Amino acid sequence: MNGVPYANGVADYYNLVNERDGGINGVKLLVEECETGYATDKGVECYERLKGKGPTGAAFINPLSTGITFALTEKTATDKIPIITMGYGRADSKNGAVFAYNFPLLGTYWSAADIAVQHIAKEVGGFDKLKGKKISLLYHDSPYGKEPIPMLQVLAKKYGFEFTPIPVTHPGVEQKSQWLSIRQNRPDYVLVWGWGVMNGTAVKEAAAVAYPRDKMIGVWWSGAEPDVEPAGDQAVGYKALMLQHGAGKFPVHADIEKHVYAKGKGASEPGKIGEVLYNRGMVNAMLGVEAIRKAQEKFGKKPLTGEQVRWGLENLNLTDARIKELGFEGMLKPIKISCSDHEGARDGRVQQWDGKGWKVISDWYTANQSETEPLVEEVSAKYAADKKIQPRDCSKES
Amino acid sequence: MLYREAGQFKTTYAEDMAIFPIRQDRMALAILLGIAFIGVPLLADFDIWPFGSDYLLRAILLPFLILALAAIGVNILVGYCGQISLGSGAFMAIGAYSAYKLGTGVHIPLAWLGFAISIPPLPVLLSILLGGLAAAVVGILFGVPSLRIKGLYLAVATLAAQFFFDWVFLRVSWFTNYAPSGSVSAPTLDFFGLNVGTPIERYMLCLIFVTVFAFLAKNLVRGNLGRQWMAIRDMDIAAELIGIRPLYAKLTAFAVSSFIIGVAGALWAFVYLGSWEPLAFSIDRSLQLLFMVIIGGLGSIMGAFVGAAFILILPILLNRIPSELGVPLSTETITHLEFIIFGSLICYLLIKEPHGFARLISIGKEKLRLWPFPY
Repeated sequence: MNGVPYANGVADYYNLVNERDGGINGVKLLVEECETGYATDKGVECYERLKGKGPTGAAFINPLSTGITFALTEKTATDKIPIITMGYGRADSKNGAVFAYNFPLLGTYWSAADIAVQHIAKEVGGFDKLKGKKISLLYHDSPYGKEPIPMLQVLAKKYGFEFTPIPVTHPGVEQKSQWLSIRQNRPDYVLVWGWGVMNGTAVKEAAAVAYPRDKMIGVWWSGAEPDVEPAGDQAVGYKALMLQHGAGKFPVHADIEKHVYAKGKGASEPGKIGEVLYNRGMVNAMLGVEAIRKAQEKFGKKPLTGEQVRWGLENLNLTDARIKELGFEGMLKPIKISCSDHEGARDGRVQQWDGKGWKVISDWYTANQSETEPLVEEVSAKYAADKKIQPRDCSKES
Repeated sequence: MLYREAGQFKTTYAEDMAIFPIRQDRMALAILLGIAFIGVPLLADFDIWPFGSDYLLRAILLPFLILALAAIGVNILVGYCGQISLGSGAFMAIGAYSAYKLGTGVHIPLAWLGFAISIPPLPVLLSILLGGLAAAVVGILFGVPSLRIKGLYLAVATLAAQFFFDWVFLRVSWFTNYAPSGSVSAPTLDFFGLNVGTPIERYMLCLIFVTVFAFLAKNLVRGNLGRQWMAIRDMDIAAELIGIRPLYAKLTAFAVSSFIIGVAGALWAFVYLGSWEPLAFSIDRSLQLLFMVIIGGLGSIMGAFVGAAFILILPILLNRIPSELGVPLSTETITHLEFIIFGSLICYLLIKEPHGFARLISIGKEKLRLWPFPY
């Protein structure tokens, strides 16, 4: 499954920090894993189990499930523990004034939808050419898959393309009828918002109805090795968005091999280091570590509470120089998070599977804030009203 | 000697018909309720391990109580009336979503009739109970086929309810108040101006619900209606011959059972999860509830509690034991082990005691009654 390589990346990076640096400024990281099986009630149980661990409670929590993120959003705000949902979670939680403890770092699904449409526009030769085109969204029928729909509807209205959402029920191995309707309707592009087995199945079914794979664009959770390898040659040409980084090895990987794997403490098979999901786990862990480091500048070099780590996250500013120092050069663009912007960066590229590996085929796109922002404002304002949350005044926060 | 009933004379009909006629049972129950109602909150208040942490209350006792309540509902239908149902998850979902709609205000635009039905948001307690009522109505509807079909065939018919309502709550966005992601979150838990927020308050709330419903169910199954259900379960033709109307008996069983399951569903959504999606009430939940009833003991209210504890708490324990003992196992291994051990335990238990824990407990009681002089 897709969660395992991701978790390995997370574990290895924390291990690296502990082994190479002796923790963050001398504070060792305590990491606990919990298998949720993507079930919301199990996720809630895990959260309750882990939140109080360590001398100061959990510094932050990483649920890796949009459903669990929804269920934990209120609980974490009460417990004052940041919830880092890098590249997933609820898109409106970008608005830190309302969602004080949610951090959908690096990109939300609304940004992803915007980037995907930008890429399609480029392939067809400009935004004006989008008019009359047909774009379908094949999505996992859960909060995760439904997140991009409102954004795509906004974009469809703006550019005049025809948008059709096509749901696939969990776990997504049964997609015959969906692909028959795609064959009938012949959309110009199919966006894939799938998870786990659903992605490989989608690629195979596309091949079965002879839908061109290079007209399929997966979100970043549908663009890793486990998603295309099972489909074999049928997957050649399949495209996917990148959550900034792709596959490949960077200076930080050398450190991991030296300090973690050489000591036999690695979590993954050595051959899998540098795959897309592994790298994503590493980036995710790195952002958490840097947030704690930032918070230590203000609160002292000791174990910190969730509330203090939140300050660190909100003031996180990774410059190019800092990213290079950490060994992530080439993987990431600078990220700056603030009270009102919990997303930090909205950049992405597109990669294509050539049968052996992922190749980056596009320049950087930046999601257009003028499109995502009104929707973020509208939906988060509704949430605040429903939950009687008084939005923070971000101009007064330092 | 511990369970000697000698000397406990019943001199009135009321005593003979009491819900717990044996003194030892009454005492055991009083102690149990005392611990649940007074002991646990006190221990939690004084931060005494392990009750001081939120974990035990929030992540163990809360889901245990709610699922035990749902298991009571399933037990009425499956255990007492013999109508196998695989749709309990759907009835929980109906309870949850109806309560959500009523708790956030219902608006039905009837443009073609020229008016709209609008109900302002109802108090949370009322919406939870009405959520149960909605589940009862749907339960009766899906109970109608039970008049013609039995056993496995009926199980498949209730399975249809499961899939139908999974589909409805995923697709009909009216039920989710048009939430873009399809995930809804419960309104604030206000009871008569009291905000139920802390783990202990939530625990008490569920405990009250469970206690009240458990007593009601216990009384119901030993009364006229319960005897009708059991007669239908044991042999429906014979029951009909002695004057029991199958229509009435079966549909009341469906109604009562769905009502309790619906209330449990609303509590699961409102009190435990807080925010949920239809996946929370998938077929897995139905099977889980059915297993609770089978493991705990068909046709036993107490069995529902024991079954819920076994199915819910044992996997969590198995998951935690290696890390508590300091055995370094990877998360994947622990998860796999958990499945293996849990599965084998169920197999073993069902081979050794097909009637579940309730039967084991009653055997224990029989032994204690004779102890120390077995014959």
